[in-house]
Amino acid sequence: MSFYQETLRYRDFDYDGFFNGITCEDIRSIIYKDRLSELDYLALLSPVAEKHLEEMAQRAHRLTVQHFGRVILLYTPMYLANYCVNKCVYCGFGVQNHIKREKLTTREVEAEAAIIAATGLKHILILTGESRQHSPVSYIRDCVKVLKNYFTSISIEIYPLEEAEYAELIAAGVDGLTLYQEVYDEAVYGQLHLAGPKRDYYWRLEAPERACRAGMRTVNVGALLGLHDWRSEAFFTGLHANYLQNRYTDVEVSISPPRMRPHAGGFPPRVVVSDKNLVQYILAFRLFMPRGGITLSTRESAALRDRLLKLGITKMSAGSCTAVGGRVKGEEPAGQFDISDERDVRAMVSVLYSQGYQPVFKDWQMLE
Amino acid sequence: MQDVFHIGGKELTSRLFLGTGKYSTNQMIPKIMEASGSQVVTLAMRRVDTDFAEENILNHIPANCVIMPNTSGARNAREAIRIARLARAAGCGDWVKIEVISDNRYLLPDNYETIKATEVLAADGFQVFPYMSPDLMVAKELAKVGAAAVMPLGAPIGSNRGLKTKELVRILIEEIPLPIIVDAGIGRPSEAADAMEMGAAAVLVNTAVATAREPVIMARAFGLAVQAGRAAFLAGPGAARQYASASSPLTGFLRED
Repeated sequence: MSFYQETLRYRDFDYDGFFNGITCEDIRSIIYKDRLSELDYLALLSPVAEKHLEEMAQRAHRLTVQHFGRVILLYTPMYLANYCVNKCVYCGFGVQNHIKREKLTTREVEAEAAIIAATGLKHILILTGESRQHSPVSYIRDCVKVLKNYFTSISIEIYPLEEAEYAELIAAGVDGLTLYQEVYDEAVYGQLHLAGPKRDYYWRLEAPERACRAGMRTVNVGALLGLHDWRSEAFFTGLHANYLQNRYTDVEVSISPPRMRPHAGGFPPRVVVSDKNLVQYILAFRLFMPRGGITLSTRESAALRDRLLKLGITKMSAGSCTAVGGRVKGEEPAGQFDISDERDVRAMVSVLYSQGYQPVFKDWQMLE
Repeated sequence: MQDVFHIGGKELTSRLFLGTGKYSTNQMIPKIMEASGSQVVTLAMRRVDTDFAEENILNHIPANCVIMPNTSGARNAREAIRIARLARAAGCGDWVKIEVISDNRYLLPDNYETIKATEVLAADGFQVFPYMSPDLMVAKELAKVGAAAVMPLGAPIGSNRGLKTKELVRILIEEIPLPIIVDAGIGRPSEAADAMEMGAAAVLVNTAVATAREPVIMARAFGLAVQAGRAAFLAGPGAARQYASASSPLTGFLRED
């Protein structure tokens, strides 16, 4: 059974009815359960649970320290190419946006890699837009071969691949996948992805599972917050992570809770997801999956990131740049979105230490 | 009483092994080692970063401590073997703790893959310390293929639940001619003392110390508890009885002959 079939169980679910039936008493008992059911998780995402955020935060903090320690893994993204054939109404790289299209040569990849490696980072996330013509798997594989000389862990955030293609990149040195479904609601997904291969909801939804089957070590899923009702989207993200963890027990599964940021094209969020909402999501997920990773990017402000740190985060980006070749090129090409926390790696390291957390640069090492 | 601990080709005076994960800074490590008296420290090879001196955990380990790199992150024997060899190449010595985990939900070790890795690495000259789920047949096999010790879990790793597997560990202590080191699950010094009193050769603790409000004080408490438990074991505690022994035994007349 695929995750899509799992989602059908909740196809006509009455969220409002469910939320209306949740009491403070329910929330208090769920917070201290050893193991939460899917509907316990949904209850923690309810409006009623907003009254219990402090209690949830205390428990989330304790669980995170117990399972992960006072440790945050640092990584940074590197954009390889921004060619894209999709027409996604909310994305700065969308084919409808007239931005300068670029693709790094392997020599430029090496130059960026050297700059990043000099900051001490060992984990890198490489990204491309969706264009099999401009950034085929063979191109990504060539970039990975260069990056292997600088980093001990390489993750990809690219278009969905076939299982054999994932295996090919794993063999080349990739160990992590980030792939956001963007929107789990199938109807809304259709409204926001107007053209291009990304219109295929199922192909994208089942890509993380294909990566697990191919032997990926870490898999990170997420919904882009701001495109649809956040409570149900957070619920499906958790279900997706839990589904993968239960079936692929040797994979380290994590989620990201990315909120929409300004970008070229100027699509305003359809739904405002407040800081309080974001906190509730992070806490509820931590209680639902005590060992699941939670990744927080520089989309969020420095001030907020410093406060979210203790609520369950396990991995943070630092020194980010969302433009292709942004670190080596003098000019400022258009990024996928504007980053908010612009602190460099040094600054992040001292912030983490000052908060009583150890920044970890290396948490995996390629074995071949 | 002279109580030298001979293990893996070394002579130790402390029977507390400590982990290094989960601390807010690596600078805690020497303080923890000193406070506890521990002489053996395990560290995840996946975290060892030799490129930057200040973040390199190896630079924070006191010179008189034995390093036991572990294969955290290995999903099968092949990966564990590879990580062990990388550790030796990085200058971490020939001790290695085999940790093969293919279930991230419970973090229970894969005994079958652990035996395979132990056999290859022992033949390759390593002092192999396999972390395992307590099972007599597996422990016998580990002894047969050349393990230096057997490290059964007390409870799932990081759970602080205590010595939940006590009866199974007791059987290993009685039946296996190797040091039995209780690894994982021990949450309190009293549980460490309990394991030592029962005859465990040593205990390994990480989460209980690293996540304590005062790790240095907790490290000291564990050091004392392990010493106390060991002394009690050597002293040979009287057997526990369900009832008090009668001071006027009913069959006393039989001894009069």
